[in-house]
Amino acid sequence: MPTFSREEIVHLGDLARIALTDEEITRLQGELNVIADSINKVQEVASDDVPPTANPVPLEAYMRPDVAQTPLTQAEALSGAPKTEAGMFVAPRILGSEE
Amino acid sequence: MSISTETAALVKLSAAEQAAKVKAGEVTSRELVEAHLQVIESAEPSIKAFLKVSGDVALEQADAFDAKSAEDKAKLPELAGVPIAIKDMIVTKGIETTAASKILEGWVPPYDATVIEKLKAAGMPILGKTNLDEFAQGSSTEHSAYQTTHNPWDTERVPGGSGGGSASAVAAFEAPLALGTDTGGSIRQPGSLTGTVGVKPTYGGVSRFGAIAMASSLDQIGPVSRTVLDSALLQEVIGGHDERDSTSIPEGPRPMVAAAREGLKRDLKGLKVGLVKELDGEGFQPGVEARFNEAVAKLKEMGAEVTEVSCPHFPYALGAYYIIMPSEVSSNLARYDGMRYGLRVMPPDGVPQTAANMMAYTREAGFGDEVKRRIILGTYALSAGYYDAWYGSAQKVRTLIINDFKAAFEKVDVLVSPTSPSTAFKFGEKMDDPLAMYMNDIATIPANLAGVPAMSIPAGLSDDGLPVGFQLIAPQQRDEVMYKPAAALEAALEEDWGGPIWTSLKTPWLGE
Repeated sequence: MPTFSREEIVHLGDLARIALTDEEITRLQGELNVIADSINKVQEVASDDVPPTANPVPLEAYMRPDVAQTPLTQAEALSGAPKTEAGMFVAPRILGSEE
Repeated sequence: MSISTETAALVKLSAAEQAAKVKAGEVTSRELVEAHLQVIESAEPSIKAFLKVSGDVALEQADAFDAKSAEDKAKLPELAGVPIAIKDMIVTKGIETTAASKILEGWVPPYDATVIEKLKAAGMPILGKTNLDEFAQGSSTEHSAYQTTHNPWDTERVPGGSGGGSASAVAAFEAPLALGTDTGGSIRQPGSLTGTVGVKPTYGGVSRFGAIAMASSLDQIGPVSRTVLDSALLQEVIGGHDERDSTSIPEGPRPMVAAAREGLKRDLKGLKVGLVKELDGEGFQPGVEARFNEAVAKLKEMGAEVTEVSCPHFPYALGAYYIIMPSEVSSNLARYDGMRYGLRVMPPDGVPQTAANMMAYTREAGFGDEVKRRIILGTYALSAGYYDAWYGSAQKVRTLIINDFKAAFEKVDVLVSPTSPSTAFKFGEKMDDPLAMYMNDIATIPANLAGVPAMSIPAGLSDDGLPVGFQLIAPQQRDEVMYKPAAALEAALEEDWGGPIWTSLKTPWLGE
C-alpha cells in the first residue's frame, strides 16, 4: 500500500508543473492517503492471466486521405494566445534558470 | 420579466412537441428561442444553470432556419428549429468556452465541435453554455470556478454533476434539450437528481472532436432531455462517424427513435431484464430502493422477464476508475501550459522567469482543488515504479468488468439499477470528503469502463420529495435496446403519476 510523504507530494507537484502551496501539500497528503487506501484493492483481482484493456470499443486503425488542410488560419490559431509577436507565440525563456 | 401563460405552456412541451408545432407552422423557431430566453432571464437568479447565454446567436440561427423554404426545412432532422443548451465542456466557435475553469476564462474557440456543427446543420439554435464541475470533475457542480447551480426541485440542494447546469436548465424549462458529457456518470447522475432523462451513448457512438478532453478512454457526449423520445431524436442528430475522432465507430447511429416509439406501445413481452445484484442494497437510500423496485414491477407488468444477474467484479470498478481517470486527466490537462491559449501567470519577483516556472504558477492559479487532486493522483499512478501495480491492475479490472457485462448480456437483453444511491444532497455536504463524493457514481462508472450505453430516466419521487433515477444499460453498439423499455416504463409511470414527473415541480420562475 503506497503512503504519500510530504516530499513525495512536492515531487509530484514538480512533475505535474503545479506550484502547490504549503497548505495544499498538507491537505493533499491526507486526502491522497485515504483515496489510495480505497483504490489499492484493484490489485486483489488483477492476476497475471488477465489481459489489460485500454480502449473498451476496439476498432481497426484507419487513415484519412493524406490531403493538406487548413482547419485554422494563422490568425485563428493565435487568437487565444497570452502573448504573440510577428505571427508567433511568445514564450518565456525555456532553457537556463537565471534572470 | 413576467412569463405569460402561453410562454409557460410552450416551454413545458417536449422537444418533439415543440418541433411538431414548428413543422405545423403554429410557432416559429424565433418564437421558441424568445420563449426560452424569457424563462432563462426569469429562472437564472435562482437556478444559475448557465455560464453564458448566447441569445443573439440563437436568434440569428432561428431566423436563418425560419427563412428556409418548406422544401429545405423538410430535409432537416425532426428536431429542426428547436433550441438547445450546451455543457461548457464542448467548444463553440465564437462563444466563450471555459470548462468552468479559471484557466480558460475568456477563451473564445476558433472552431466548433463536431456535435455543434451537426446541431447547426440541423437548424437547432444554441441558447448558451451550461455550468459544470471544473473540467467535468465532480458530482455536484460545486467544483465550478464560477458559480453554484441549484436543483430546481429544492434550490438548497445540488443538481448533481458534473453536468448539473445542463440537467437543471432542462428540468427548469430553460431549455427543452441539452448536451452533456459523461466520463463516470456526469450525464446520468444529474439526470437522476433533477428528474430528467440523460443518456451516455456507446463509447465512440458520438464524436468527441471538440469535447474538451478529460479522460479520453471514458468520455462520451450525450443527450439531456425531459422525455426518452427526445433523447433518442437528439442522439440520432449528434451520432455517427467522424474522421476527426479516431475512436469514432464507423457505423451510423442505431435506430433509437423507432425503438423509443415502439416502447410507447408498452408491450415488453419477450424482453429479458437483469437486476444487477452488485448495484443495489447497501448504501442505497430506502426511498431510492422503493421507487426502483416499483419501476421493476412495472416492467414485469408489461411482460418483461426479470431475473437477478451477478457482475462479481463491479465492486472493483470504483477503484479502477479512480486510477484510470486521473491518469488520463493528468495527461490531457498537461496542455494547459500558458503558452498557446488560456491563462498565463508569470512567477513572482525573486523566482526565475522561465517557461517551466510560468507553467507551475499558471496551473497553480488556474486549476481548482479537485482538478489538482486528480492531476497529482494521476501523475503518481503513471510514475515509474507504480505503473504496473496501479495503472496496469486497473486496466486488468477493466477487462474483468467488460467480461462481466458480456456474461450478463448472454442471459439478458438489458441491465437495470438505481442510477444514484441517493437523492439530491445539500450544498457543502460532501465537499470536504472526496471519497463520499466519489461514491455518487458507484452505479454509473461500470458502463464507462466497459464502453456500453446507459441512460437514466425518472423513477418517481423519494419520501423527501426529490427525484430518483432508474438506470438502463445495453450492450455495446446496441443503444436502441435500452430505449424501448425506457420509453415503455416512462409511459407506464406517467400514467400512475397523472402526468410527467415535472407536474409535481413548483416553478415560481414561470410565474406560477
